[in-house]
Amino acid sequence: MKLDRRTFLTLGVGAAAGGALGISFTPLPWKMTDDGSIWTQNWPWTPVPPTGEVSERETVCTLCPGGCGVSVRKVGDRCVKIEGTKGHPVNKGGICLLGLSGLQFLYGPSRVHGPLKRIGRRGEGNFQEITWEEAIAEVAEKLSAIRNAGRPHSVACMTGPARGTVPALFTRFMEAFGSPNVFSNQDSWDTHRQVAKVMYGVDAYPGFDLENASLILSFGSGLLDGWGSPVHMLAGYGESRKSSARPQTRIVQVEPRLSLTAAKSDEWVAAKPGTEAALALAMAHVIIKENLYNKNFVAFYTRGLTDWTDENNRPQVGFARTVLENYSPVKMAAITGVDPQTVERLARQFAKAERPVAVCGRAQGDQAGEFHTFLAVHALNALAGNINRPGGVRIKAADDEAPAWPLAKGDSTSRAGLKRPRLDAVPVRRYPLAENLPHTFADAVLKGEPYKLEVLLVAGGDPGYFLPASSKVKEALTRIPLVVSFSPVYDDTAMFADYILPDHLYLESLRDVPSPPGLATCVIGLARPVVDPVYKTRHAGDSVLEIAKAMSGSVAASFPWGDYEECLREAMGDKWGDMEDQGYWKEQAAAPSWTETFGTPSRRFEFCPDLPQGGGRISVKPKAWVAQPLGDPKTHPLVAVPIQSMRLENGTMGAPPFVVKCMPDTVLEKDWLVVEVNPRTAKAYGIGDGNKALLSTSLGQALVMVLHDEGIMPGLVGVPAGLGHVGYDRFLRGKGANYHALSGAVEDPVTGNDVAWGVYASLRQA
Amino acid sequence: MSQAEKNHQDHQPVAKNNDYAGLMPLTLFLAIVAAYASLLIGWVVFPMLLYAKYEQPINFNHSLHVDETGDCESCHYFREDGSYAGLPGNDVCTGCHSDVMGSDPEEIKYVEEYVNKDREVDWYVYSRQPDCVFFSHAAHVLKGEMECETCHGDVGAEESTRPYYVNRLTGYSRDIWGENISGINNHDWSALTSAHAGEDDGEDGHGEGGGFTMKSMKMDDCADCHLHMKGVEREGCFVCHK
Repeated sequence: MKLDRRTFLTLGVGAAAGGALGISFTPLPWKMTDDGSIWTQNWPWTPVPPTGEVSERETVCTLCPGGCGVSVRKVGDRCVKIEGTKGHPVNKGGICLLGLSGLQFLYGPSRVHGPLKRIGRRGEGNFQEITWEEAIAEVAEKLSAIRNAGRPHSVACMTGPARGTVPALFTRFMEAFGSPNVFSNQDSWDTHRQVAKVMYGVDAYPGFDLENASLILSFGSGLLDGWGSPVHMLAGYGESRKSSARPQTRIVQVEPRLSLTAAKSDEWVAAKPGTEAALALAMAHVIIKENLYNKNFVAFYTRGLTDWTDENNRPQVGFARTVLENYSPVKMAAITGVDPQTVERLARQFAKAERPVAVCGRAQGDQAGEFHTFLAVHALNALAGNINRPGGVRIKAADDEAPAWPLAKGDSTSRAGLKRPRLDAVPVRRYPLAENLPHTFADAVLKGEPYKLEVLLVAGGDPGYFLPASSKVKEALTRIPLVVSFSPVYDDTAMFADYILPDHLYLESLRDVPSPPGLATCVIGLARPVVDPVYKTRHAGDSVLEIAKAMSGSVAASFPWGDYEECLREAMGDKWGDMEDQGYWKEQAAAPSWTETFGTPSRRFEFCPDLPQGGGRISVKPKAWVAQPLGDPKTHPLVAVPIQSMRLENGTMGAPPFVVKCMPDTVLEKDWLVVEVNPRTAKAYGIGDGNKALLSTSLGQALVMVLHDEGIMPGLVGVPAGLGHVGYDRFLRGKGANYHALSGAVEDPVTGNDVAWGVYASLRQA
Repeated sequence: MSQAEKNHQDHQPVAKNNDYAGLMPLTLFLAIVAAYASLLIGWVVFPMLLYAKYEQPINFNHSLHVDETGDCESCHYFREDGSYAGLPGNDVCTGCHSDVMGSDPEEIKYVEEYVNKDREVDWYVYSRQPDCVFFSHAAHVLKGEMECETCHGDVGAEESTRPYYVNRLTGYSRDIWGENISGINNHDWSALTSAHAGEDDGEDGHGEGGGFTMKSMKMDDCADCHLHMKGVEREGCFVCHK
């Protein structure tokens, strides 16, 4: 037989047919079909929840200052879900997008896994792992050397938030070490507090009882965009919109942009930015002129509305006369852009409402505000007589009492160091109410005045990202010989650090959570570890204790506690019991009566307050009531303003991956930052919708994509804040541009704080 | 082309057909051989290739422990919230085995390698269901009053752990599909159990090739009860696939 092609095919077909017949009588094809389909459902990258015992642990979220109680669902040792704690006094079971994404910080790629020492260039992010013993010893040794050389003042510390025991421990360390250079964030609540000091004579953060208000007049506060305690605000808003018997709360939003808050309010008043004080005073004008103010309160509990004679028998011009003469709605219309009829109508509505309240603090309120705007807004509240009344301003008992610790020990070095001027001494001297001016930090470092800074300890706040002119701050960071970061994540500042001594993430650590801003009642939370530390991190409080102990002498003696927990218990005093039992301590005292509220020398609310230390009467000249942005309008004719939303900026952490994923393409288009411009303005510059453009300010520039949006006032460029990070992980880094790098500080004439609400900018088609 | 050549060409196919007709028996023979080979591959080689075999990290004697504790629930208990704890961890085992109690090398290995090093044993779980299946032990055992043995067989009588076979393609335990590659199972565990009790002459004492067919744990097996058993009829897809 010849094996040719045909033979081969015949035999082959025969064998194949036999094989096919045979195989179809085995389970192979059917099993493979089944298994093949199962195989497609089990890709190795598909996350599968762990198995184990399900448990629920409660703590407090610290991703923003909101202080929400959160319950973490665990399976075995693994946290799998974060939810709001039901019945918690702050968030009442609610949670925000950022809060429920917290596990992505815990397990995500932005975490620092253990103590690190820089080996690359500053900002390069090149570190080598070291042990905790080495880290503490090396930092303590370097600090000791500087202290022994008699230059303790050349060490500075940025604590991030001002309140809480961890910032207090760092402050105490600096005191014992001998440096006056402690910087903390200055936000709108600090401005409220400064106003409360002079108008109410009380050293406390005011709160607002918005849940019980019948009319909320908001001067630019992003009530639904992350202002105050964000979830508390959302819950309150939801409650107020229920169709129950209670009349709904009316919200009037003054803002140059149709923000979420403006869109959800009952009336949106698009006043020019920076003119809120003028608008508030124009309303005061109407209320006084038409005699609509609360006569009882004004007559018996305030001073300075009408003309009066002071202690030295000198006649003084009252608030009423100043306002009536200078702030008529017609005159102010040119400044604010709001027509007089609207002002009159709103003023009457406000005065006649059952429980009106006026609030301020721009957007999320995480930046200090213009002192005069806050004065004007608190004056409106006083005219309505809503102080310590349901639905009004609540002057809380100080919720930031200094920890009940014994005084820090001192020695000759620390006493000499503490006598040296602060780095911001020169600008602080210029302003009657200035306390600490972190925005001047970069200039002081770059100039080396009043002295050269040698060490910076960064306990929080990510100054390399959030401080204005942040590119300058980054340059300053490269000039400081030693930068130590305590950040649990690779934030923008940590990238410039020489040492990173990573703190636990909030879900792994114990700490007090100061009362959230804006609440009418003081609620101090207790964050408790819900999971063992995932990495080799250490509580920042313990790190500072150990550094102090390694330095011996009076520095070590100032920290008598074994660990952070011990000093936290001592600091919380009799509040600790409640905090341990229920996770928070809540103020029970009722609001004090009007006779007991005011601590001014007159024991009354001051319409025309004096500055402390004989600083004189606060100016009421119209010019002072309009804040200007930074830069030159001739070269940069537009004004860039930040857009804050709950999705992006929270003043503490960058956005986790899930939040970045949820970003609409009106904020971030691929890696492009999208800026909002009114179509009229955009057309004037020949920039079409969706076009790319170069946004420039005197401090920097960024390539952006332009979105035509009728919701923003012509002449403005709305820039989403919270993007353009150089730190964090691949999900956030390099996306968009950082507004803070484009914007610079504008100092308030009274407090000296950075109150810039915008920056002069130009747009050019790219 | 010449006429002669043309004729030659025309003639060719006839001759060829005759030549190839003789191929048929050989073709048939090859087909039969191939069919047998395929049957062999499908029934014998394929299962050998499909499943990987692993021994448990510790050879565990269920029978001994049941004698000591008296039941399954001492170790495989329900938590306070009604969820089923499944395989016990060190926290349970160290109730007795915080130190070596006897002379069994497996116990010594457990204490030294796992308890002392604070490591959990990575047991292979014969009955682990895929993630897409919701299964509540409480509903079956507490409410339905089913015996553990109904689904798992008489594991409590096993004196040593049997090998764990995992499907290389799906990653599932072989017990889900059932040991019988045909997928036809008689829902009878007795052979398996007797093999482990040492009463069967399975090749390696683990009952392989002992001729039994063990119960599978695939969807159809669940559906047997869920569809047909009186009072149980819960036939919706979302009963299990939440």
